[in-house]
Amino acid sequence: MAGMRKTSLRLPFHWTAGYSVLLGLVVVLILAFTSVIKLELVVNGLFLGTIIGLGAIGLSLVYGIHGFAHIAHGDFMTLGAYTSLFTLGVFLPRIGLDNVGLGPFTFGYPLFIALPLSMLFLVALAIGLDKGIYSRLRRRGVSSVVMAMTSLGVAIALRGLVQFVWGGGTEQYPRVSKDFYQLPMGVRIPPDNLFIVALTVIMVVALYLFLTRTRTGKAMRATSDNAELARVTGINTEHVLWWTWAISAALAATAGVLLAVFQAQLFPIMGWRFLIPLFAAVILGGIGNPWGALIGALIIGVSSEVSTQWLNPAYKTVISFAIMIVMLLLRPRGIFGVRD
Amino acid sequence: MEFQGILNYLVGFAIMAVIYSIFTLGLNVHWGYTGLFNIGVAGFFALGAYTSALLTTATPDPLKFEDYIFGGNLPVLLGVFNLGIDLWFLVALLGAGAVCGLMALIIGSVTIRLRGDYLAIVTLGIAESVRYIFLNEKWLANGSKGLYRIPKYLGDWVSPQHYDYLFLVVVLIVLVVIYVAVERTIKSPWGRVLKAIREDELTAAASGKNVFSFKLQSFMLGAFIMGIGGALYAHNIRFIDPRTFDPLLATFIIWAMLMVGGSGNNKGAILGAFTVWGIWAGTQFLPGFLSDPNFRFIMVGLLIVVVILLRPGGILGEERKISASAAPPNKVAPPDA
Repeated sequence: MAGMRKTSLRLPFHWTAGYSVLLGLVVVLILAFTSVIKLELVVNGLFLGTIIGLGAIGLSLVYGIHGFAHIAHGDFMTLGAYTSLFTLGVFLPRIGLDNVGLGPFTFGYPLFIALPLSMLFLVALAIGLDKGIYSRLRRRGVSSVVMAMTSLGVAIALRGLVQFVWGGGTEQYPRVSKDFYQLPMGVRIPPDNLFIVALTVIMVVALYLFLTRTRTGKAMRATSDNAELARVTGINTEHVLWWTWAISAALAATAGVLLAVFQAQLFPIMGWRFLIPLFAAVILGGIGNPWGALIGALIIGVSSEVSTQWLNPAYKTVISFAIMIVMLLLRPRGIFGVRD
Repeated sequence: MEFQGILNYLVGFAIMAVIYSIFTLGLNVHWGYTGLFNIGVAGFFALGAYTSALLTTATPDPLKFEDYIFGGNLPVLLGVFNLGIDLWFLVALLGAGAVCGLMALIIGSVTIRLRGDYLAIVTLGIAESVRYIFLNEKWLANGSKGLYRIPKYLGDWVSPQHYDYLFLVVVLIVLVVIYVAVERTIKSPWGRVLKAIREDELTAAASGKNVFSFKLQSFMLGAFIMGIGGALYAHNIRFIDPRTFDPLLATFIIWAMLMVGGSGNNKGAILGAFTVWGIWAGTQFLPGFLSDPNFRFIMVGLLIVVVILLRPGGILGEERKISASAAPPNKVAPPDA
């Protein structure tokens, strides 16, 4: 768990890295405005990137603080999306709440009830799994690879559970179709996407304030920097580990629900399919660095969307995988990583 | 007649269990002996199966709406040299293994130097990419229509309804050969270095062992074995398409087999393959939700978690004997998962 990563939860702004990201952004925008690449794809990629980002921030926190690759993270997202499906499709309509089409959006205000319920459910699940499984393995002192292996087992079981309860088919939240916003240069934006971005911004700001202003947040950063040192200074690391689960599970649930809104459908393999982009974003940003993960996610989102201009859209995952491989070859510590 | 039906079912079951045993042996080389965390078995499975299938199927026929451009047609090409025992099969198996070994060399040289769990993510990515490529590049392997003219090995020796008995003998021979080869390799000095690396990489490196090279060789050996397993699968079912290589039946269940049987023990790997495949196939006949494939899906995941939690060594646990010439030690610490 300790001594293998050196990035921190501070905003580690490195000028070279920061400049290269900015430069990349400028290049993409120039290409877009000179119509070499479609601006709509760039914009869509940014929306997709914010969803990847919510998942990747949590994955990066778990990776940094718990020290293992949490393979069930994609299936956390799936489960988050499906618990909201239950709330929106079964539970709330029973008590008469079946509003859809709130304002410009396809969904109604019940989503604001379903989302927190999904988050709560996932937080409870994550802490339950930690108490029942991961904490026992921690006490036994198993390697990070065995922890990851266990999370693979959890991932399989969770996906099986989703398929067992809801079947293997495609589902939808209750929704009505809405007109897209038509912007210049052929950019069309579904109104839902504005909600997705707004919610992501709120959550990221809240996380930033939590990590920098609260005692627990500071303890998390300390544990991420050096777990042993944190322990000897009297930080309850067990407590920190639970907070990490809670935060990343809540973010994963949000990402799952937003993904279901974004692609207007749910299917049991949706989260598993997201695993490669998630890890690509985490590695791009440097393991344990949530802000890096967010930037990485935007890069992954934009590049995989833009690739569809020339490549078969089925290869989006392959593109994010290829970016990850290149990153591992050139700079395994990530864009913002200090040293490996 | 009833008895005949049951017997045929059991033979079909045994063939699949033997093929899964081969995958589990390959995974045991990776995980059990070297500690390489490969969750992309499906990638090697698919590569092996497609390589063997493409080497041996007839040249594509546009009249049958076949979109792929290359079929090796080995059974016909090697006709003269077949000596009555269909040597093309051996060529196809070795070819499948070689392609997987080569793939392992490429992936491994990029990622094996990095932290252990990166390999998991990368192998997962390879498995998904391989599946997407076979699905979307119709010219390569007929896309989602799949390959369905994969030839039978020794097909003209026995009548079709008894063919499974013959094929069972064939896969058993391959399993025995691989088992003996892996046993001998692992109990050689080379194999002991692998275990040393698994236990403590730094110490192994400090003893002058080239950790990277040993891990890479182990990764290639395991992938080679998985490739052969994939080829056997292709010639058993004689139809493959990208859906065949879904992670559940091509990766996860193999992990469950290894964990249940006992990683670090080749007999355990085979025992695990038969046990888990027996549970998987047997639960079909249970009443109600117990036979729901999704319920079995949950069980595969839980099996992995429960074994790690309660019995990290699996049924058999790691073998105590570490060298062909050494007596087993009297007391060994219980193996950790």
